[in-house]
Amino acid sequence: MPIHEKSLIRPENLHSQENLTIDGVDVSGHWSTFIEPRVVTDYNENLEDEIAALPGGEYIHRCWQCGSCTNACPVNAINPDFNPRFWIYLVRLGMEDELLRDKDIIWQCVSCNKCTYVCPRDVAPEGVMKATAHWLELKGHRPKSPSILFDEVFSEQVFATGKIEEGRIIRDFFKRTGQPLMQDWLVEMVKRLLSGLPLKLMMTMGLATLFRPRTRGWGPARAAIEEYVHEKEAEQRRALGLDGSAGDIE
Amino acid sequence: MNGKYKKVAYYPGCALEGSAHAYSRSTKAVGRKLGLDLVEVENWNCCGAMEVKNIDPKLQTYLSSRVMSIAANEMKFDVVMAPCNGCYHNLKKAEYDLANDPDSVAVVERLSTKAGHETYQAGDIETIHALDWIKHSIGEAGLRERVKNSLAGLKVANYYGCMYTRPRHIFPEKDQGGDSESTLEPHYMDDLLAAAGAEIVAFPLKTACCGGAHTLSDSDTSTKLVINILRAAELNGAEVIATECPTCHSGLEMHQIRAEKRFDIKTSVKIVYFTQLLGLALGLSPRKVGLHENVSDSLPLFKEKGLA
Repeated sequence: MPIHEKSLIRPENLHSQENLTIDGVDVSGHWSTFIEPRVVTDYNENLEDEIAALPGGEYIHRCWQCGSCTNACPVNAINPDFNPRFWIYLVRLGMEDELLRDKDIIWQCVSCNKCTYVCPRDVAPEGVMKATAHWLELKGHRPKSPSILFDEVFSEQVFATGKIEEGRIIRDFFKRTGQPLMQDWLVEMVKRLLSGLPLKLMMTMGLATLFRPRTRGWGPARAAIEEYVHEKEAEQRRALGLDGSAGDIE
Repeated sequence: MNGKYKKVAYYPGCALEGSAHAYSRSTKAVGRKLGLDLVEVENWNCCGAMEVKNIDPKLQTYLSSRVMSIAANEMKFDVVMAPCNGCYHNLKKAEYDLANDPDSVAVVERLSTKAGHETYQAGDIETIHALDWIKHSIGEAGLRERVKNSLAGLKVANYYGCMYTRPRHIFPEKDQGGDSESTLEPHYMDDLLAAAGAEIVAFPLKTACCGGAHTLSDSDTSTKLVINILRAAELNGAEVIATECPTCHSGLEMHQIRAEKRFDIKTSVKIVYFTQLLGLALGLSPRKVGLHENVSDSLPLFKEKGLA
């Protein structure tokens, strides 16, 4: 199936005059369309290295732009602007401003790994998407996405107790993103779930929210993980030329 | 018949103790019915899921390696079985990284030493999925002999999701011809349910993505992806979608409702774990396989088909 991709000519760079006569020749409308020259002067020569320094971005240099990733991508099928091949191209050329136009959708990668499955060069585009989304947030180009907030809520629980409890994850996530917990579809789901449940199981589930499931003797693992996380954060910030101090992933 | 899967270490993972309790319950019930022993990994921890991988992939490798280390070094098992696609995928990924990436080995050594348990070494244990477990211990022929209540007349679409087959390199035993699983067109669930009598419908979206990674963080994307899957199943005549992953299963259930509420798109196909279907076929009661714990209400359908 051919890849249908967007044109590099953006609508705002196309100009036409309704009434225009040049040297006595009427060139109104379509005939007078001209394209604004596209000059890129602000290359970020470090962009590829910075993305490659973040987890998942290591193999971006292997890409030869075949576009298999974009062709396989289910998010691209929903939104044609979601285009991994194009973003890899921009990163490799250092076209930061172009990349920033799509800063609010790159995090929407669903990690299905279809791209990584079909990539003939083992670029692991799924990892590049994660690294790029991470880069945008570390550089302050956009606030933390709901996706990274979810990852943080989840990881904090794992680091703290060794396990997660799903009800707590949902509550914490909605709280952190300022959304009401009482979403109509969630309420409906819980209603349907409870309709079939015997009392005993409901009580077990209730107790799980009070007494958090945890791995016994997790303390030393927790300390080791937290130390490692702080080291990694400092390392990444150095690689991106940020202040060098550890950030707070909490 | 592969004897080494007769008694395996069982790694349920967090979801199977929560939203996917029915999957754990039916897996254990089917194991008992088939004479297969499951011994739960002692004091296990989360495999790291996709979320910890997104924070740092090597931390996920460590978390998964701890589970394998306990099963292999403390419990002396050769095989660990994980019914959850996420857990299964992560253990496989950790195995691959520890066999091929010295940096991952260094991180895992450091964290394991500080956490005070033996460091997992690649090759210490074999990780399998619940599908491998039944396929290679009992197999289709064994199932056919044991079926009490054939699923004949039940039209099933088998949905495998992403994590069971992708990326290919972490599953070196797949795509090896013969009886091995295919990463492009997985068929183990088709084989087992067909042996239990079910009518398997063509289902081109068997490895499509349900958007599970963004179920809550980008719900519209997930709902759109799930609608594709539900509709494709219905268009092919399926009455039931069989699942083998708790995230896919709850994703399909949640977004089937969300599609109704937010997009006014109704689908009626039922969502059931493959172990629940196998259990019914083996003569277990709907309660024993936890049918009442599903959000998707399939009981009336099974009653109509004489399976419950």
